This record gives sequence, C-alpha cells and structure tokens, in this order.
Amino acid sequence: MFTARDYCRAGSMEEAWTLYQKKNNIVVGGMQWLKMSDASYGTLIDLSGLGLDRIEEDQYEFHIGAMTTLRQLETDAGFNAYTDGAARKALSGIVGVQFRNLATVGGSVAGRYGFSDVCTLLLCLNTYVHLFHAETSSEIPLAEFLAHPCSRDIVTGITVKKVKTKVFYESVRNTRTDFPILTCAASLRYNETPSKILLSIGARPQKAVLFAAPAEDAAKDPAAFAARVAEEIPTGSNVRGSAQYRSHLVQVLAERAARNLFQKD
Amino acid sequence: MTVTINVNGKAICGDIAPDLLLIDFLRDHGCLSVKRGCDTSNCGACTVHMDGKPVLSCGILAARADGHQITTLEGLQKEALEFGGFIADEGAEQCGYCSPGLIMECIAMVRECREKGIDNPSDEDIKAYLAGNLCRCSGYEGQMRGIHAFFEWRRSHRDASIL
Repeated sequence: MFTARDYCRAGSMEEAWTLYQKKNNIVVGGMQWLKMSDASYGTLIDLSGLGLDRIEEDQYEFHIGAMTTLRQLETDAGFNAYTDGAARKALSGIVGVQFRNLATVGGSVAGRYGFSDVCTLLLCLNTYVHLFHAETSSEIPLAEFLAHPCSRDIVTGITVKKVKTKVFYESVRNTRTDFPILTCAASLRYNETPSKILLSIGARPQKAVLFAAPAEDAAKDPAAFAARVAEEIPTGSNVRGSAQYRSHLVQVLAERAARNLFQKD
Repeated sequence: MTVTINVNGKAICGDIAPDLLLIDFLRDHGCLSVKRGCDTSNCGACTVHMDGKPVLSCGILAARADGHQITTLEGLQKEALEFGGFIADEGAEQCGYCSPGLIMECIAMVRECREKGIDNPSDEDIKAYLAGNLCRCSGYEGQMRGIHAFFEWRRSHRDASIL
C-alpha cells in the first residue's frame, strides 16, 4: 500500500490540475490498482467531488465521466443496448461487484493498463478521451491517447460517438475473475463506405491495439481474416500464457468475432 | 485531517492520516465484523455498504468516505440474522471469516433483486453477483443452497421478510 502526506478533494479541475503538476502528487481514480504500489506520494488528488460520475446519453453520443464506476457502465441500459450487451460482458469478469463499484472508467483509461478489458472494449468503439490541461480541455481519439506516453493532463471523461454498429466482446481467463489472458472486442461500422470491421486485441499482455479491415473480407472468409489478424498483432509472454498461446487465441477470437458479427440476427 | 463519516447511522468524527483505509477506520471504531482478508481487493471479506452500494473497505480511503453513509454488519443485525440463518442451516459458514463480507454482499444482492422484481435468481445470477467473495472452506455449494433456500422462504413469506 502506498503512503501519502496529504489528501485533497478537489473543488475544481483547475485546482486538481495545479496540484497534479507537482511530480510527487497523484490523481486518485478508483484506487484499486494504485493501492498495490508501495510508492510515497505528496498529495492524493481526489476528483470525486466534481460530478464526474455520470453517464449522459443523447442522440449523438455517450458522455462518460472519469469517476463513473465500472459497475455503472456495466449496468447502464443505454450503453448496453448500443454495444449489444458487450459492455456487460466485458466488465462483469473484473473481480467482483464490490470492486467494480470502486474502480473507475477514468482510472482504467488513464492507466493505459495492458490487462484492461475496458480499454479493449472502448478502443473498437468511436471513443474520444477528454483531457484537462491548465484552463483548457481537449479531446483526442482513444487510440492516440493510448499510444502517447503519460502526461500531467487529467482525464475528465470519455465520449463514445454513436455510429451504426454491431459490437462483439470476448475474453479468455484462467478463472472467472482473474486478469484476462487475452481480450477481444470487435465492431462493424456500417456508417463507412465500404463498411469496416474494427478489431481490438488487449491483454496481449500489452496495451490494446486496433486492427481494421474492410468488412467484406472478414465476411467472405472469417478464417483467413483471423489468420491475418494473428499474423499482424504482436503478442508476448507472461505467467498467464506464452506468446504462442496468445497468438493462437487471437486467431480463435478474431474468427469468432467475425462469424458473430456477420451472423444474421 | 478531520473527517466525519456516518457509520451505521451514527456520525463519527476522527482525526485521520490522509492514506488511512476505510477498513482501518471502521475497525478502530469497533466494527470488527469488517475483516482484512487479502488486502488486494480480491476476497470480499471487508465488504461494507457505502451509500447503499457494496464496496471493498480495503480499497477506499477513509478520507473519500468523509460525508458518506457507511453500513457494516453491525448496522444490519436484523437483516443479517434473517439471512444468515439460511447459510448456517446449510453448514456453509464453517470458519466464518468470510461470512460478514458474504452476508453484506448477499444483502446488497437481495435488495437489487427486489428493485428489479427478481424473486428467484438463477445460479448464474448469484454466482455473477458473488464472484468477488472468496471462501476457502466451503466450496460454495452450501452458500448456494442457503441463498436459494432464503429466496424460496422469501417468496412464501413476503410480508415477514425485512429484506
């Protein structure tokens, strides 16, 4: 468990950002991963008083605040309807309900964790990350955010922009609530011409990456499509599985995703 | 720093360290049903309710709980007695270390089922809700039988149940 000299429940984003510019201070999200470290921090910056714990939906997008818990996202009817239940499937394997009532979407995104079910799912959707920097805020695509090194900007939320889509999610775990050995999310984008399949592979065990292809290719020959994905997405080894095993899983899940997405409803 | 946390309906003021965990605050104030199990947010033995939702007290700062309502098993004695009897009848409590956390999570599940109008959850529903509670004695079969027995009793004694 980490130690800290001070705690501040920020009253504004400006206050949080100013405090965060000091290297020894840290923004606390759900704290579930942070607590595993034995670091010594100056001030713990808590965003829980800033109203960032809401999911707002309109006809164009979902706006999900950084302090929204994984359980809120898992049980949100609108987001599950949009993702064909993939949100529930992706999040329900993360430890337990009590854990997901604490862990936050912002913490999962800002941490850029290599084991993240959340990042894998969001990456195949049309997701943008909101960052607070000094007195301004900006919005960048999640893929770009994940590729960047960590900065001192603060994640205030994400936006999932709605497109006509169909979504798939599956992960492989040794036991139900363990870290995943591999995660796979896929979405069919009907709004683009020609329509496209976006496949996101995470827990490789590195950060999730995207693979995009014309939907027609995946529909015509799912096995060949999956073989190409497995060839192009690099995997690594850790205590949960070897790179060879993971690459095999990439092929299996990619083919399953393609078959599922092109299945007639 | 000073915090005021409402524990089981009673406001408790305390001067705490910024990095104090809620579990330590609660145990220091006599809530010994809150058990320290894994300390890695995996076992559920330290489950309490924060504003009505089950959370891991080993995974949240006492400072963040400032101004919130915390309920431990000590504050749900009647509910625990009603539900816990069904677990005990199946011999599922064994060493009993995980029981307070399990009962807190089960009470949250029963309340959520009630809100959703579910009075007969499936094995799969129950397993999904209780996946974050580990028991190293029982193998979970007894708990599962006890939970089903409770729901069965509740269906036929709706007015008698306080849960």
